[in-house]
Amino acid sequence: MEGWDPTTKSTLTQIPLLTIKAGPRDGATWTQRLKEEYKALITYTTMNKKNDNDWFRISAANPEGTRWTGKCWYVHNLLKYEFDLQFDIPVTYPATAPELELPQLDGKTEKMYRGGKICLTVHFKPLWAKNCPRFGIAHALCLGLAPWLAAEIPVLVDSGMVKHKDDAASSVEV
Amino acid sequence: MASVEAEMTDNSKASNPYSRLMALQRMGIVHNYEKIREYSVAIVGIGGVGSVAAEMLTRCGIGRLLLYDYDKVELANMNRMFFLPNQVGMTKTDAAVQTLSNINPDVVLESFTLNITTVDGFETFMSSLKNKSFNPNSEGTGVDLVLSCVDNYEARMVVNQACNELNQVWMESGVSENAVSGHIQLLIPGETACFACVPPLVVASGIDERTLKRDGVCAASLPTTMGIVAGLLVQNTLKYLLNFGDVSRYLGYNALKDFFPTMEMKPNTQCSNAACMERQKEYILAKPSRDAAAKAKMDADSLVAEEFPIHSENEWNISVVDDDEPDKVSTITSGSLPVGIMHELPSADKFESDPAPAETSNPIDDLEDLRKQLDALNAD
Ligand SMILES: [Zn+2]
Repeated sequence: MEGWDPTTKSTLTQIPLLTIKAGPRDGATWTQRLKEEYKALITYTTMNKKNDNDWFRISAANPEGTRWTGKCWYVHNLLKYEFDLQFDIPVTYPATAPELELPQLDGKTEKMYRGGKICLTVHFKPLWAKNCPRFGIAHALCLGLAPWLAAEIPVLVDSGMVKHKDDAASSVEV
Repeated sequence: MASVEAEMTDNSKASNPYSRLMALQRMGIVHNYEKIREYSVAIVGIGGVGSVAAEMLTRCGIGRLLLYDYDKVELANMNRMFFLPNQVGMTKTDAAVQTLSNINPDVVLESFTLNITTVDGFETFMSSLKNKSFNPNSEGTGVDLVLSCVDNYEARMVVNQACNELNQVWMESGVSENAVSGHIQLLIPGETACFACVPPLVVASGIDERTLKRDGVCAASLPTTMGIVAGLLVQNTLKYLLNFGDVSRYLGYNALKDFFPTMEMKPNTQCSNAACMERQKEYILAKPSRDAAAKAKMDADSLVAEEFPIHSENEWNISVVDDDEPDKVSTITSGSLPVGIMHELPSADKFESDPAPAETSNPIDDLEDLRKQLDALNAD
């Protein structure tokens, strides 16, 4: 786990690992995998709330559990910045990680691929590959999205690319 | 190429768009160039490499092209070749069809605006590859070759999945995120390593990777590197389809050192991809008939060689790796890689010895109940 901050590390180790290697085309075993995904997400969300570090909401947007939508937020200078979050479970999951999308930030930062897919650090994909099939959605959020928000949101806010919703509403130039 | 359905003749009139290509036949490079009209090629990813590859195949008079991409043309793409500023906002597939049909109206063009990594996109991708309407007598799928020109590992794994399931020969291409190296690779299910057999490979840039500044941008791109990789890819495609020269199994390109490493990879007998394992079994079972065919071809070739001794000079011809002669071509397994090529990702760990965190004490094992439990947590 070279290249990760201690908080991410310790959080990660408390998220339950998954055991079933199945993707959305695998029928009944995918259902088994989906149960493990829910259990990990439930534990992770509970843990975040308990530690006063609640930072996302995510739920399946279809009965098959192949598309997920929700929100994530980040607090910078005591202000909360909230964004839509969405992703599909790829057909080759869990060999490949879901590509997390923040559509509202599409085109606002270089650390993003087209369509609002976040650009993960050089550390993410190797760790995901090493841990297949034990990492799931909760791990992707913890290792992928949380560090991305922590690195990018302050930059986006300070450069004026992202405005707080109260500022945006008043739209008064300082 | 003005005339619709131009005849492929080798007369060199200025009005014949194929005359310089047909000259390849008169010079003895290609045996039957016209065959190209019968071939279908699928190109996945119509970006910096895929669009240029599509244009090259169109100018070569390929029979049919299937084009896949979900993206739109952006101004940020204008440092690359092919797309035009007035196409900004169009889907890449539609913009490509517009340009390619102007260049050569003889080519049958099919455009698929979809994301192959999603469940629905994948189904459409698979059924379009299986559609045999263009060449109903073809033995395999409805296409002769799939070219992967995507820019990410996830999409490559999806092309690999589809081609393993369909027993479809394909070629992989890639340009590194720093735009100074690239590669092409031939993948024959069961016979060569599949994309999941070994962790993905990259050509080393030849500079200290630690000095690379990655913060701030996802990827750089150069029209030169992309054009060169597209050229290598289509050259290998022509050699494969028209049966001339040596078809490269893996060819790397290091732009900083002008170094071109090559190698071959056997399949991993413990590949994590189930369809790859199936194809490996079939390949082993088919060995006797393959040997017989190879012998028959060798006999036929030696007959030809006797009749036309001049054409038998072929000192660079390296035959396809024969199981009985493993030393002729250097093949590698996942452990040893030639100089200049390295793994981009590690393989999955074996987990027996790992101290797993305590299993959740969540006693619920019904999907609907779990969904409700998460919804309840999400509600406050
Ligand atoms: Zn394989």
